[in-house]
Amino acid sequence: MSVLGLYQPGGTVLHRARAGTKLGVMLAAGVASVLLDHWWQVLVALGVVLGGYAVARIPARMAVLQVRPLVWMVGLIALFHVLSGSWERAFVVTGLIATLVLLAALVTMTTRTTDMVDAVVGLCRPLRRVGVDPERVGLMLALGIRSVPVVVGLAEEVRDAQRARGLTASPRAFAVPLIVRSLRHADALGDALVARGVDD
Amino acid sequence: MPVIDVDRVSHAYGEGSNRRVVLSDVSLRLTEQRIGIVGANGSGKSTFVRMLNGLVLPTSGSVRVDGLDTRKSGREVRRLVGFCFTDPDAQIVMPTVREDVAFGLRRRGLSKDQVAARVAGMLATYGLEGHADHPAHLLSGGQKQLLALSSVLVTEPAVLVMDEPTTLLDLRNAAKVSGAVRDLPQQVVLVTHHLDLLDGFDRVLVFDETRVVYDGTPASAVAHYRELMA
Ligand SMILES: Nc1ncnc2c1ncn2[C@@H]1O[C@H](COP(=O)(O)OP(=O)(O)O)[C@@H](O)[C@H]1O
Ligand SMILES: [Mg+2]
Repeated sequence: MSVLGLYQPGGTVLHRARAGTKLGVMLAAGVASVLLDHWWQVLVALGVVLGGYAVARIPARMAVLQVRPLVWMVGLIALFHVLSGSWERAFVVTGLIATLVLLAALVTMTTRTTDMVDAVVGLCRPLRRVGVDPERVGLMLALGIRSVPVVVGLAEEVRDAQRARGLTASPRAFAVPLIVRSLRHADALGDALVARGVDD
Repeated sequence: MPVIDVDRVSHAYGEGSNRRVVLSDVSLRLTEQRIGIVGANGSGKSTFVRMLNGLVLPTSGSVRVDGLDTRKSGREVRRLVGFCFTDPDAQIVMPTVREDVAFGLRRRGLSKDQVAARVAGMLATYGLEGHADHPAHLLSGGQKQLLALSSVLVTEPAVLVMDEPTTLLDLRNAAKVSGAVRDLPQQVVLVTHHLDLLDGFDRVLVFDETRVVYDGTPASAVAHYRELMA
């Protein structure tokens, strides 16, 4: 099980920065990224984010892990731009995707989930007037983060069970039992939340 | 010890032709500190213990914990009765160990420092202090169940209900969990298929086909259960 994008304890400046600030920077970077269209600008942005990894003392290996799942998708996008004749465009687009993913991962790796959730809850507070319960939003977020490894575990179980019975994996033969298990898990999780006083 | 009053409780799931009775007219008064429950799969054990904290409400009859009716005072009852499920993955609700233990203490009017101190104390008791900031999914099965237990006990319930807490664990981890339960000051209601966990219990109930068919000491109850299953 990889520790993709999860909090890495530490005491660096980036770890101590307020979660709200970090989320704000991340959002701003996302918006600003549409303004970049030269290869050297992207290189600078990538350099800054990688500098952030150094400041947070997160090993290069972790940075590589964050972008590895994207290789195929990014590769296809790059290929498309190269074929349509623009090397620079290919570099700008793939570089930006990698930079933003690395930035998001850097924020999650240096921010405790509770702090992140609190920051989101704070951002949602003005929405209270239109009937949104910020605490609920925060809880959903934390539950979502917690559920990722659980569902990955369930998927591994389904795959192992099918291999053991010598079944070749058709997407449907895989999806149906996975959905059934996930729903059963969600049910049990709901019971546990009630038992643990979510309604208090 | 708290007093749990189960008064002529019956329960059925489903409606019409799907209706299925899973508990028939169960009446009990539970006052002992250690109460065990054994019985075949499907005999109604889980349904019964889920009634003790109001997770399931009886179709007829009533359950009261220290006088509080689960139907009318669900929240209060759930503060009194902690619940530990079989699958630790389904009851760990926060991403990291520390956050999960702290979850039950929100809205209890405690300061951040008070919460941190209670969480740290709990983690130390169950040997999880080195894992406080680790994601819960990196723990072993036994550690996960100890985390689930810590997260329930940190709220200081008067009763702890456990539904097959060791069924998914190997023997060593099962021993760790049962060892942790042995010294608790709480009233404990434990459903289990690991019969050795019932050593030293005050009272053991045997469930069979929707009813309590035996109620006595661990030795006599286990003997009765074995005979029933033979
Ligand atoms: N939520 C539910 N809906 C419908 N039937 C259920 C539900 N939960 C349990 N049952 C059925 O009720 C019976 C008793 O189940 P349960 O209380 O879980 O028994 P035990 O814990 O002793 O195995 C079983 O036949 C089970 O299939
Ligand atoms: Mg059961």
